[in-house]
Amino acid sequence: MARITAGIGTSHVPALGAAMDLGKTQEPYWVPAFAGYEWTRAWEREQKPDVVILVYNDHATAFDMKIIPTFAIGCGEQYAPADEGWGPRKVPVVQGHPDLAWHIAQSCILDEFDMTIINEMDVDHGLTVPLSLVFGQPEAWPARIIPLAVNVVTYPPPSGNRCWALGEAIARAVESFPEDLNVQIWGTGGMSHQLQGPRAGLINKEWDNRFLDRLEGDSQELRHIPHIEYLRETGSEGIEMVMWLIMRGALGRATRTLHRHYHIPASNTAVGHIVLEPLP
Amino acid sequence: MTGTRDIHAYLAEFDDMPGTRVFTAKRARQGYHLNQFAMSLMKPENRERWKTDERAYLEEWPLSDEQKQAVLDRDYNRLLDLGGNIYFLAKVFSTDGQSFLQAVSTMSGMSLEDYSAMMIAGGRSPEGLRSIREKR
Repeated sequence: MARITAGIGTSHVPALGAAMDLGKTQEPYWVPAFAGYEWTRAWEREQKPDVVILVYNDHATAFDMKIIPTFAIGCGEQYAPADEGWGPRKVPVVQGHPDLAWHIAQSCILDEFDMTIINEMDVDHGLTVPLSLVFGQPEAWPARIIPLAVNVVTYPPPSGNRCWALGEAIARAVESFPEDLNVQIWGTGGMSHQLQGPRAGLINKEWDNRFLDRLEGDSQELRHIPHIEYLRETGSEGIEMVMWLIMRGALGRATRTLHRHYHIPASNTAVGHIVLEPLP
Repeated sequence: MTGTRDIHAYLAEFDDMPGTRVFTAKRARQGYHLNQFAMSLMKPENRERWKTDERAYLEEWPLSDEQKQAVLDRDYNRLLDLGGNIYFLAKVFSTDGQSFLQAVSTMSGMSLEDYSAMMIAGGRSPEGLRSIREKR
């Protein structure tokens, strides 16, 4: 049977991807941001996940204003890195896992989550930067990836509670997949940042760290944080953190923290990263 | 459940944050063509045409005169007011060769140097910027 063995939370700041692509990770500005991923890269070489369900948001790349799905799951064979305006990142093409993805899509729909199904799309920094941070710069990504795109751009995004519950539904779906697969789920985006208006540059280290604290253990507090609290406390783009709750929800009743990292800044953003394992 | 089920109360709170435009349905409607114009710059051939004659390229889109002028002026705060969304507007500043840090600093009213220094020093504190009404 397939099983979810771990969850990862990480920011997906595009500048982190650019720093890797341009060979700048040894520059003093970037060293502390990347240092917190060394542990995870070594750990992943041992974990060898077969599949990663990667929760992220598209940044006006595959989806424009024509169609705005709240939850969309990639069921395709593969996804190319997108040209976001400066040419595609030179990172490997992302290989999907259509069998498990379709299984999750079908299971979630019967479980009353009305998923949008994607067969073809390009993937932007929201998906490829986490892969680079966690897997480094390999010739091919060492796991199959199921993209799960969440609308956090046009209001209202899904509630934290809904995200958590979707995670729970994904876990039920994975557990009912007959093939023996080591599956991880990653929640990406955040942490505090605001990319617009005179309040741009807002960072809230205390709030971010309390969020990381509450991902561990059996607390369910995070699912009840309203959107307005993310907006007021963590900046307009801090709302991306609701995507981490899909990851947390999928880990079940309780979790243990294996690794944690926090650094300010990467470009406009507070970088947060956590590795969690589910507890029975 | 998380938060309010009352859509009017939910939306009203978004106007209570200083210096922030939440991308609501109202803004999404107002800025639809503006954002789709920006999206068109994802294609290299469109970027070339845009760079050759910005004004002519804008004339192909049903934008208001205010929106067109704000694009030509690269006045991003104004564009947010006119329904632009930052991830779409990013196609415009990326085509200009600007980073998020550069473009975002122009909205903050600070020089790039001062803005970068603020970020390295830990970013802008939320103190006093959470709520206009509650002054916190």
